[in-house]
Amino acid sequence: MIAPAIAPQGRRWGTINLGGALLTALTLICACVWFFPIYWALVTSFRTDDESIKSFSLLPEHPTLDSYLYIIAHSKLPIFYLNSTIVSLAVTAITLVMSICAAYAISQLEFPGRRLLWWTILASFMIPVPALIVNHFIIIASVNLINTYAGIVLPLLIAPVTVIVYKQFFDSLPREFREAAVMDGANEFQLLFRVFLPMNWGITAALGIITFIGAWNNFLWPFLAAQDETMMTVTVGIRAVQDTFGVAYARLLAGAVLAGLPVSLAYLLFQRRVTQALTLSAGIKG
Amino acid sequence: MLKNSATERLAAVALVAPFVIIYCWMFVYPTVRMAQLSLTDAPLIGAGHWTGLDNYRRLFSDKVFWTAVWNTSYFVLLTVVPGTAAALGIALMVSRLSGWLQSLILTMFFLPYVLPVTVVYLIWQWLGNVQFGVLQFIVVPFVGHPVNMWRTIPWFMPWVALITIWWTNGFSILLFLAGLRNIPSEIYEAAVLDGATRRQIFTRVTWPLIWPVTVLCLTIQLILQLKIFDQVYLFALGGRTAATMVLVQYIYEQAFQRNAGGYAATIAVALFVIVVGFSVLQYQVLRMRGAR
Repeated sequence: MIAPAIAPQGRRWGTINLGGALLTALTLICACVWFFPIYWALVTSFRTDDESIKSFSLLPEHPTLDSYLYIIAHSKLPIFYLNSTIVSLAVTAITLVMSICAAYAISQLEFPGRRLLWWTILASFMIPVPALIVNHFIIIASVNLINTYAGIVLPLLIAPVTVIVYKQFFDSLPREFREAAVMDGANEFQLLFRVFLPMNWGITAALGIITFIGAWNNFLWPFLAAQDETMMTVTVGIRAVQDTFGVAYARLLAGAVLAGLPVSLAYLLFQRRVTQALTLSAGIKG
Repeated sequence: MLKNSATERLAAVALVAPFVIIYCWMFVYPTVRMAQLSLTDAPLIGAGHWTGLDNYRRLFSDKVFWTAVWNTSYFVLLTVVPGTAAALGIALMVSRLSGWLQSLILTMFFLPYVLPVTVVYLIWQWLGNVQFGVLQFIVVPFVGHPVNMWRTIPWFMPWVALITIWWTNGFSILLFLAGLRNIPSEIYEAAVLDGATRRQIFTRVTWPLIWPVTVLCLTIQLILQLKIFDQVYLFALGGRTAATMVLVQYIYEQAFQRNAGGYAATIAVALFVIVVGFSVLQYQVLRMRGAR
């Protein structure tokens, strides 16, 4: 009837599909090309400094951890790590709690200004945060928070998307839950944290991971707010390492690998959650 | 009943208070102040004089500002459509696979997306290094000599655009994959039974059904790339920044290097107007999608 060879998913018909095999091979080649820059950075970071500028071999000829040990011992990377961890955890925790509470109130409670607040959040989606850097700096400087953790964290707390995703989640829960729990004499806080939120910890995990990655990777604001090297986050500080080390490429790339490692691990370990959070934030059901 | 709604209102106020306070402090207030500041000649820190629309008059005759507008538009042109097309291609390739092979390949394509911008910068600075970079093996046969990509003005924007596509495309790939997964397989089976070729299946089935996601990716990318700063700033360090200036970078330069807070706010207002304009467009597009 129909030649199976033209079927887009030839395997279903149990035939060996030459076109399909070629496409798979092509996909694999593209993926390798795409991944090559990361691979090359990894390989270089395991070379000796001398080898890094002489060798183009696909594997390090004399694999060594020297560059890693050197950068950990001779740069402020450990301090950058500490700063990034503090800032990212604070941003994640505060953003989540704030968004959960606000989204719950907007979704489930009646209060004056509810609609106005919701529309403001939706509208703020459009405002380009980088346009606000000048005034963020003026505000943070006026309360003497430049070069402090609080000063770095505060402007990073603007997260309309998190509120929008939570509101949609709370909206989707049946109203009977609330009514039944209110009958039992639960107050709003118990209702939110004991009934509503535990209904789907997955959403909180997903949004938490993506907020953490976003905070860790943010460059522009921490770059302006952390003027002292001891307050820099990894993302900002790793560039300063370059000025100190000059043209020692193996060391620079070892630093780059270490800087990218936490977020890469977060993604590799919680791949599904990251995907879920990103598709939710774009309003697509994955 | 009355008491009930009163406690409800009290709880609501307590719940929204932290969010509203931060929001007003870090968002509404700076936005209003930005507009105000743009009408003064204030330095970054400290008071200035009211100068009316002087800053705006200056803006329109400022060559560097128009260079920044041009470079930003050029960058958008170089990234948005090519990036989205690449993402669709990759998503189509990945979606035919299954199991561990699919996860592996998707990870290889997606991993750059989670990296900090400075890591991306360090990786590509090494890759494109004029003396020791592997990319020179591709460049030299075409040009005849090694090129310092981010120190040669005509190469600068395409170079940064290429890196940006590599870095930010993971997001679009995920959206396309989700979109492709939402196309029911019965439609494909019916098309195959009707004798459709691969090409017909793509042009008549996949493409029309994936179009809404394409529009979504295009608008998200457009708004994102209008706000370009990090990569351009990093690669332009130590170079002639006036030639490769983009809008956010000009705000930064005026405010933090020239101490011209008022004028920086004026450029910020211009960026604000451009981005909000495109966002309204995006909102309309999304609403149209929602209505379907």
